[in-house]
Amino acid sequence: MIQPIYGVMAEFDNPSALVNAARAAREKGYRKLDAYSPFPIEELSDALHLHKNKLPLLVLIGGIVGGTLGYALQYFVTVMYYPINIGGRPLHSWPAYIIITFEMTILFAALTAVFGMLGLCGLPMPYHPTFNVPRFALASRNRFFLCIESTDPLFDRDKTCEFLETLEPREVSEVAH
Amino acid sequence: MANEPPVIDSPESKKIIAPGYTFGTITDQIASVVLTKKTPYVVMGTFAVAMGLLLIFLLAVGLLFTKGLGVWGLRGPTMWAWDITNFVWWVGIGHAGTLISAILLLLNQQWRNSINRFAEAMTIFAVACAGMFPILHLGRPWLMYWLFPYPNTMGIEPNFRSPLVWDVFAVSTYATVSLLFWYVGLMPDLATLRDRSEHRALKVTYGFLAMGWRGSAKHWAVYETASLLLAGLATPLVLSVHTVVSLDFTVGIVPGWHSTFFPPYFVAGAIYSGFAMVLALAIPLRSIYGLKGLITEKHLDNAAKVMMATGLIVGYSYIMEAFSAWYSGNVYEQAAMWNRMTGPYKYHYWVLIACNVIAPNALWFKKVRSNTVVLFIWSLIVLVGMWLERFVIIVASLAQDNLPSSWRVFESTRWDWATYLGTIGLFLVLFMLFIRLLPMISIFEVRTLLPQAKIKEDSRG
Repeated sequence: MIQPIYGVMAEFDNPSALVNAARAAREKGYRKLDAYSPFPIEELSDALHLHKNKLPLLVLIGGIVGGTLGYALQYFVTVMYYPINIGGRPLHSWPAYIIITFEMTILFAALTAVFGMLGLCGLPMPYHPTFNVPRFALASRNRFFLCIESTDPLFDRDKTCEFLETLEPREVSEVAH
Repeated sequence: MANEPPVIDSPESKKIIAPGYTFGTITDQIASVVLTKKTPYVVMGTFAVAMGLLLIFLLAVGLLFTKGLGVWGLRGPTMWAWDITNFVWWVGIGHAGTLISAILLLLNQQWRNSINRFAEAMTIFAVACAGMFPILHLGRPWLMYWLFPYPNTMGIEPNFRSPLVWDVFAVSTYATVSLLFWYVGLMPDLATLRDRSEHRALKVTYGFLAMGWRGSAKHWAVYETASLLLAGLATPLVLSVHTVVSLDFTVGIVPGWHSTFFPPYFVAGAIYSGFAMVLALAIPLRSIYGLKGLITEKHLDNAAKVMMATGLIVGYSYIMEAFSAWYSGNVYEQAAMWNRMTGPYKYHYWVLIACNVIAPNALWFKKVRSNTVVLFIWSLIVLVGMWLERFVIIVASLAQDNLPSSWRVFESTRWDWATYLGTIGLFLVLFMLFIRLLPMISIFEVRTLLPQAKIKEDSRG
């Protein structure tokens, strides 16, 4: 079912109020909610249960892939593709491979960290309903927002607004799609 | 553990930024440099000079392409001279940016928050300048893609056992990771600029670059993980880069190069010169743009302390270098060292000792560290000293190697100067464009330093 609005949003002027509001909304049973702040807030992640994400695992895999590729590339070139016999020294000269293996590990892991982060966040996302709220521009300056989304089973246009009003926000507004 | 950090943090944060700031005023002050403030005349003047130097660089490179490497003072046996000196010097300068952005992040040093952005920008531009020299030195720079392994009809591949190929991988990885780390750090601030700018074109540009960042808690959680992981990856990377640079020399058997302590010695020297550049940039910036409340005396003091500490490591390395040359019993090593001190490059050597060993000891005194003018001059002294160090290591060793019949004293040409000064122009042009177009201080990280950013736990509701 397509909801008429994206959700309702409350604006707070300090991080403590936002964290408390987020906790209250969770306690009330709301699950489809997101908070917006101009800087990362550790307690907010706790309140919204956001501590687990897949990024470390992805980066680990990226690093292992990068390192393996780096080593395999050097092995392939120096042992199979273009072997050079220099005074009978072994072709598989692994100590000389360490640096490039290391650099490729870091490169692939870092690329995975950045693109993985963008992927997990769903960025780039040029349009998002929250941008329809005029005051939301302040979310990147000095205001803190809590948005309860209309897809939440408990969501009710009027009741959710009333609930947000009890949290003493500066303002409650509806977020159009 | 949970209650430990606040105990350490609360007295500290008062000194890191001046009191009285709010989330709003911090945002406005930093964003105004980009969005509203007129560019000061000093900056315009410096930009004009930098642009002039950049034009000289283009001229020098044009001449190099038409006439070949002989326009530089390269004559056998010194086939590497200013070019590789400048390369090592610039890469080294870059290291402070990564140290500040990655290592100090992992160590939870909050004073890094207001200097990391421009220090990272400095890293990227310094690495760009560094990259010029090995590429120009190739002789046929348009074939520089031969440095990378790719399937080709010639049926050959780079020699992975050569430190020069390691360098290609190390420096290109370093440049890529630094750029990514810098860009990731910029995203929330680009969103701020998008929301603050009034011009439609600016809104679209910054909005495009911010990728739709909206400060969602879900995003911040992943973002923080990504920052920490990138910092953890950049930390060994930065140490590896100058290690690999030093391997270019130590793997060679030239007397004066073939030594095992070059990696730590080079890394310390890199951080030393990098912090000198951070100070040389921060001191004018904070007074021109009125950012003394954000880049405080505390920052300069800390940077000066790091500079002194690494300077002392460098001084120790010089002593060890001379000692191990003598103690090795190898006549060539001993002669190389003796030639450095008393030979044709003795002035370079003793000036570098004065700049790098004697001068930093003035920083023991708080009076010197708190006088910004003196500190600025001192950072320039260190930059000159570190350039001379690389010059002496590279040129003095090559000019008088194992075979006395091939000895020849290196003489620089005006095109050596033009190329070197030209990259300083390139660096300054890039840096000043950065200051004009992007927030030079990380806005969101400075917000976290405010006392208001601490969550009050009493009214749990």
